[in-house]
Amino acid sequence: MFIIGECINGMSLKIASAISQRDKKIIQKYALDQVSCGADALDLNCGPASPKPLVDMAWLVETVQEVTEKPLCLDSSNPKVIEEGLKASQNKTIINSTTADPEKLDILVALAKQYKSKLIGIAINAKGIPQNIDQRVELAATIVAYCQQNKFPVEDLYLDPIVLPINVAQAQMKDILSAIFEFKSISQPSPKTIIGLSNISQGSSVRSLINRTFLTMAVANGLDSAILNSKDKALMDTLITAELILNKNIFCDSYLEAYRKK
Amino acid sequence: METQLVLDKWPGVISTVVIGAKKEESGSRSNIVTIGGQSSLPLLFKEGAIPNKPRVAFEVWDIVPQDWHNELLSAYGEEINDPLGWAQKCVNEFKAEILYVRMQGAHPDFGDRSPEDSAKFISTLLDKVKVPLIITGSGDNTKDNLVMPLVSEAAKNERCIIGSAVQDNYKTIVASVLADGHSIIAESPIDINIAKQLNILISDMGLPLERIVMDPTIGALGYGLEYAYSIMERARLAALSGDKTLASPFICFVGQEAWRAKEAKGSIEQGIMWETITASSFIQSGADLLVMRHPKAIEKVSNFIETLFRG
Repeated sequence: MFIIGECINGMSLKIASAISQRDKKIIQKYALDQVSCGADALDLNCGPASPKPLVDMAWLVETVQEVTEKPLCLDSSNPKVIEEGLKASQNKTIINSTTADPEKLDILVALAKQYKSKLIGIAINAKGIPQNIDQRVELAATIVAYCQQNKFPVEDLYLDPIVLPINVAQAQMKDILSAIFEFKSISQPSPKTIIGLSNISQGSSVRSLINRTFLTMAVANGLDSAILNSKDKALMDTLITAELILNKNIFCDSYLEAYRKK
Repeated sequence: METQLVLDKWPGVISTVVIGAKKEESGSRSNIVTIGGQSSLPLLFKEGAIPNKPRVAFEVWDIVPQDWHNELLSAYGEEINDPLGWAQKCVNEFKAEILYVRMQGAHPDFGDRSPEDSAKFISTLLDKVKVPLIITGSGDNTKDNLVMPLVSEAAKNERCIIGSAVQDNYKTIVASVLADGHSIIAESPIDINIAKQLNILISDMGLPLERIVMDPTIGALGYGLEYAYSIMERARLAALSGDKTLASPFICFVGQEAWRAKEAKGSIEQGIMWETITASSFIQSGADLLVMRHPKAIEKVSNFIETLFRG
């Protein structure tokens, strides 16, 4: 499982204030803490309240890559913000994200190719969030087809079925899980799959338990990657155990420790 | 249409273990031996780097072996009656580049030699032969825990491989190996889960994973060879996929297993063949160090290795 740490996000007041005050230490601590807890890459999002997201994103990139060589996941709905992040990056990058809309794909696939970045494609378009599995697969297939036509390697594409909060869209959960499985057979070689995990428990009070239960089910459906809180130890232990059960690692009594020694 | 080879690219690499230390590293060995370092399955030269060949160690004991085939003993002539002379013959006449010494004489049933005398034996041996050493106890845990710390200390800084750590008896030997600058043999009973667990337990004591050589326990041809083969293959696949806790080189005690086979006891030619075939099979399953007994079998296997690596 490729784990992208979610914590450097301007939605959090602490991060928002660190960004606005240019406090490198706080950002770098968040980066290193997540890596030491098992993050393979770090999501960077300057938040909706940022008055100057273009410079903020470049600053975040520079700040984080001072302390780690892990890939950076540049998270914004504004392609210009993403481009500023790409320009500033020496580390490997992941663009987070494009929708299935042609105008978004045109810009972001080109950027991904230009900067040799990976790309997250979310199964959504200007018409809104899909309501069933067929719509999800159709939107995902649109993104895959665009990448193939424009010679972007599908192995570097991460498809996100859009995880909705359980308290909003309980009826859709089975479809979301099935979509993770279905996405893999859209093309050969297969695209990768990804979810933004914490969204599932948005607005509920037992967040960690819901997160780790859903993650287990997603892993069983073949999930390749997740944006999550790697500092949640119970979540990470559950993930490692789920992958063990799927025979992805060799069992031993200290398998949790063995995984972390990797 | 030309056939295309399907090549895997692996993210993992087997650790490199150096055996022996020369003068400039405060040791006294005339040569050193390097094993491991592969980023490919065995012998798939096009798939990844295979920087080091499998190596063969001659097996010697600190006493005259009592249960070896007579004709196997006679391959070493008169010198078999003097363990130091036997070791020297391996190096001088048979050109051994590495020796495996089993401290069998310390076993309560085989002479019960004292820890001090065992350590003295190793000190003298280190004077008489200059090749790197692999040293294990007699297999009696209680006695080994008394003997091996002194043996390890007698060979301090010579960068030997010392064994064997097992799941329920590893702490004493790991502490000695750590203090005296050696590497360790981690022995598991044809069980990949225990092999992995033991490597973790050892590394938790502070000995880096890079100083572990795994003994997966093998069976000879006809006596479980394929079980060990599949365990080794599985460990290698996991290691090359990135599992550092299984990325240790393998040592295979071929001689002791092959010569136990009923077929090997039939005639000396058949015994030599049994040892040769067992060893060459394990080369193909990823053995890095083969411990062997008969000089003729060793010669055949060494030639086989040379042929395989000639490219």
